[in-house]
Amino acid sequence: MDVLQTFAGLFANFGNLTWQMVVMWAIGGLLVYLGIVKKMEPSLLLPMGFGAILVNLPLSGAITQGDTEGPITALFEAGMSNELFPLLLFIGIGAMIDFGPLLEKPWLMLFGAAAQFGIFFTLAVAGLFFDLPDAASIAIIGAADGPTAIFVANTLGSKYLGAIMVAAYSYMALVPIVQPPVIRLCTTKKERMIRMPYRKGNVTQTTKILFPIVVTVLAGLVAPASVALVGFLMFGNLIRECGVLNSLSETAQNVLANLITIVLGLTVAGQMTADKFVKPDTLLILALGLVAFVFDTAGGVLFAKLLNLFLPEGKKLNPMIGAAGISAFPMSGRVVNQMGLAEDNQNFLLMYSISVNVSGQIASVIAGGLILTLMGM
Amino acid sequence: MNMASLASTLPMMLVGMLGIFLVIGVIILAVYLLNRLTAKKDDKE
Repeated sequence: MDVLQTFAGLFANFGNLTWQMVVMWAIGGLLVYLGIVKKMEPSLLLPMGFGAILVNLPLSGAITQGDTEGPITALFEAGMSNELFPLLLFIGIGAMIDFGPLLEKPWLMLFGAAAQFGIFFTLAVAGLFFDLPDAASIAIIGAADGPTAIFVANTLGSKYLGAIMVAAYSYMALVPIVQPPVIRLCTTKKERMIRMPYRKGNVTQTTKILFPIVVTVLAGLVAPASVALVGFLMFGNLIRECGVLNSLSETAQNVLANLITIVLGLTVAGQMTADKFVKPDTLLILALGLVAFVFDTAGGVLFAKLLNLFLPEGKKLNPMIGAAGISAFPMSGRVVNQMGLAEDNQNFLLMYSISVNVSGQIASVIAGGLILTLMGM
Repeated sequence: MNMASLASTLPMMLVGMLGIFLVIGVIILAVYLLNRLTAKKDDKE
């Protein structure tokens, strides 16, 4: 009898299983599937998917249960509650970005600014359903920039961090599906066929070195809350461009970025417990994330069309490049180039679209800082 | 639905978009200035 009871005790934990946990296993499985089979942001969706299963096992030892601290909770306390992980990742991202083509044509940065419209529009819409800090955290999905979204949502103390992360990374991966219909809706075939010949400009190494310092100072003066975000991104870029720290630059681009990415996905998954995630609010957040991406895209395209009203014939811009102003790099730039080639197989927009895409990286970080400043942080 | 929130979020939308264009505008001017200054220096060299 004792043996039977002991044996039955081995399966006692099954009684703690809830249907919400099973739903989270399915969601975790879906994220793993999308990462592996569909190759959608696998470096983040796979750890998040696996982590979602891990933390939704009954009485999971991966997260804190009562007085017993779990490793994923410890990771969250060590690197997320103080925004350390997203900031460290930004050093790696900064080291990966070549701002050279953008510095040749700095005016392209205007599209990066215009394509942040989705963030502020979504803030207004999300405010109808959520309190202001959560609305601002949800709106920042439109930054199309995972670390910025984590940083802002965490700083504002949003309880929806898990859903915000899933929405941000999923839509970034879905840029080739989300953006083209919006671009087509906002442009005519004639506009999509506008050619933009590319003339290479000159940028000195001194400019490339001074640029990250100048951007940090300017952004920090206007939006002090953004100075950590901008500063870490630009520090990574300075390491890349200075020419004397190649080993550090390579480490930041590869080893550092990879290490942070591994723990970042798992740590975010720690916020995807069934009690926090299986709610109608999650579906609403996913819908609002889509609104943010759609209006980012429309904002960039419509701004280019606005500029075209003032430009002479022959100097008109292909308004599709405005859509690349969202931060999803390099997918958005490639999508715009492919759409240009689909309309006219000699219409190469890549240099413009990628430059605009890079400017979106700067603009999204500044937008995140502005959101925090406007929220009084 | 909290329609009253629009009273605070719409001004934030306006200020946010103006703010981002302002900051980006200043960065653009700074880059033009940097390009000009460093190009002159290189010419002299």
